[in-house]
Amino acid sequence: MQKEFLFSGFGGQGVMFAGQLLAYAAMDEGLEVTWIPSYGPEMRGGTAHCFVVISNKPIGSPVTRHPQAVVVFNNPSFTKYEGEVAPGGLLAVNSSLINQESRRTDISVLPVPATQLADSLGDLRMANVVMLGAVLEVLPALPPAAIRRALEAHLPERRRHLLEANYKALEKGAEFARSMVKSA
Amino acid sequence: MDLVMAPPEMQVVYEHPRSLADVPTRYCPGCTHGIAHRLLAEAIDELGLQERAVLVAPVGCSVFAYEYFNVDACQAAHGRAPAMATGLKRMLPENIVITYQGDGDLVSIGAAEIMHVAARGERITTIFINNAIYGMTGGQMAPTTLPGQKTTSSPLGRDTRRTGAPIRMSEVLAQFDGAAYIVRRSLHDVANIRKAKKAILTALKVQMAGLGFSMVELLSSCPTNWGIAPEKALDWIEQNMIPQFPPGDYKVHDAVKTL
Amino acid sequence: MTKELLKGNIAIAEAAVRAGLEAYFGYPITPQTELLEYLSQRMTELDRVFLQAESEVAAINMVYGAACTGARVMTSSSSPGVSLMQEGMSYIAGSELPCVIVDVMRGGPGLGNILPSQADYFQVTRSAGHGDFHPIVLAPASVQEAIDFVGLAFDLADKYRHMVLLAADGQIGQMMEPAELPPMRPLQKNVPDWALTGAKAREKRVITSLYLKGEEEEAFNLKIQKKLKQIKKNEQRSVEYATEDAELLVIGFGTAGRIAYSAVEAAREKGLRVGLLRPQTLWPFPERRISELADQASGCLVVEMNAGQMVEDVRLAIGGQIPVTFYGRTGGIVPMPDEILAAIEESYSRLQIAV
Repeated sequence: MQKEFLFSGFGGQGVMFAGQLLAYAAMDEGLEVTWIPSYGPEMRGGTAHCFVVISNKPIGSPVTRHPQAVVVFNNPSFTKYEGEVAPGGLLAVNSSLINQESRRTDISVLPVPATQLADSLGDLRMANVVMLGAVLEVLPALPPAAIRRALEAHLPERRRHLLEANYKALEKGAEFARSMVKSA
Repeated sequence: MDLVMAPPEMQVVYEHPRSLADVPTRYCPGCTHGIAHRLLAEAIDELGLQERAVLVAPVGCSVFAYEYFNVDACQAAHGRAPAMATGLKRMLPENIVITYQGDGDLVSIGAAEIMHVAARGERITTIFINNAIYGMTGGQMAPTTLPGQKTTSSPLGRDTRRTGAPIRMSEVLAQFDGAAYIVRRSLHDVANIRKAKKAILTALKVQMAGLGFSMVELLSSCPTNWGIAPEKALDWIEQNMIPQFPPGDYKVHDAVKTL
Repeated sequence: MTKELLKGNIAIAEAAVRAGLEAYFGYPITPQTELLEYLSQRMTELDRVFLQAESEVAAINMVYGAACTGARVMTSSSSPGVSLMQEGMSYIAGSELPCVIVDVMRGGPGLGNILPSQADYFQVTRSAGHGDFHPIVLAPASVQEAIDFVGLAFDLADKYRHMVLLAADGQIGQMMEPAELPPMRPLQKNVPDWALTGAKAREKRVITSLYLKGEEEEAFNLKIQKKLKQIKKNEQRSVEYATEDAELLVIGFGTAGRIAYSAVEAAREKGLRVGLLRPQTLWPFPERRISELADQASGCLVVEMNAGQMVEDVRLAIGGQIPVTFYGRTGGIVPMPDEILAAIEESYSRLQIAV
């Protein structure tokens, strides 16, 4: 079993954190995991992506050309990575900020109005966690409570007050994904 | 030295400094490196630093300085003695770390390193030999070469429009907050040599007191590469170098007078 | 479970601290800067020496000075910075001082870019400064291996009084993986009998790389060569996967070796008899084992993130016994497993034709 995730968006959208959260959860579940960021000379505002590979055996390549799940947070990321999703894989789209639609028929597309959903929870910055909640509902790479446990175990002290808000964002995303799957 | 027993009624007025090794040096006749070495060795002895001193030799005529001093010593890459001394001093804060560098080494290739030890107030002492020329490589133009001075790489005389004017490093280094004691002395006559000795003692005391970076610039002769007889070379320092590089105290930390 | 999710650069830094690092001197350069940043805090809180130098040139010469005292000393940089350090590295080798240098390699030549690369292979194994010497070069392929190699690097440096380079690449430096750090080792107490400490109640000591007489310089060179021969005999390291019955031997180090592992796995699933050897030491190069494997394999494919550097060592080790092909990406491009698989299939099909 190996699952590959690519998260991509603007710097500041929490793309790296979403990937790291997934990586922490995988580690805590006793799985092998790698997390690789894009890193550029620009400190702010550029596009950023990270790659997460989860496996139950030692991971060879920490990168892959066609990841099974691609999670995009902005239009440039959609343009760049839509074509890279592995056939049969998942393209999760923050539909609050992305106005493009995929024409691919060999993948599942999950549009999530993540920014709006986060806004409804009172914190726009939670769009990344909303997306993660939605993605894991559709692609159950980890047990449902794993991310919750990872937040509990690894959220740094200065972010501790956001624990509840993160739980709510996760659940909001998962709930939205369930409603989409039902209606499909 | 043991062979010469001083009769009891006579007083010893001159002896070989313990910190100066009893070996022949490779310096040319008339070169003032020998005087500078002796002054430094005397100062180390007088302050009782022989067992604490660590000397960093440069690249240049004094590359073998580690052979000439009876103290722990090492040999740095060209210009890098201040960086090497930094590594030593940070590991051996109780020791007395001394770099001995010429003008090509300190002012040219090692300009960055010397400025940064001054900026950091690194507790090291630098003896800076300024003889306005590259000695070891055979008399090329240095950053300290005087305007119009003929060298093997400025055969028509240094043209300042094309090669810049001499750099006065003591004046430059005095600008740094971390510099505690920056002075220039000359080795061209006895009175000035005595002043130089006193300055070296002070520079070492500055390091012992942890006040910051200390440097003594010594105007020196290079009879061989200047093409001047040794005695005349001393006059040449006085007549030509001193106007360009005036001896003086360029930075003296307030606490120096309490030392 | 004591595993932590650790970023390569941070893991290397903390591993060095735990291996008894007494002094670090460095200069910021991407993609290794986090290592310096981390140590700026960590070393200070442990009351050990940390200094951000004015340049890589100064940093390596500070290492040179600190190493003269017999301390465990380290610097880190990335390719262009390591180029600047070469003079100092040569002096350190010429003075037989132990130290550890981390090179988190990036794309070149010139300013190049900050992406992962292995184009420093020649720089670190061959031209790590003027004169006749090689540093010991360790090449990790994971965060855990980077941690383990840091401890090993210090031990080898002390054992042989020799410089050890940890040649990682941008990907190892930036990647996060679960890994386990070793316990904190106590700082070494023994001062070696060559260290500069001040000539108290003993003869003075001198550390120099200057031997003006040809005979003396040659004698020193012979001494270094004798040591290097010993290192070559004792320290060749590599790991293997599925080499027992491999017709095609794939060789790659660091990140390229790791990605090749995935490609070899995929090739095995397709029924191809392919195996992987991943050198862990680049110098000494694991030529003994490669030479043995050449006796059983029919061909060899070398994969690198450069234009073909280690492949020269592979060819030397194999000595023309079997054909050696090469697949590489340059410019900081990390090859994908499918590219390597395609290269494997191509090399393999040529073998089949030959058979």
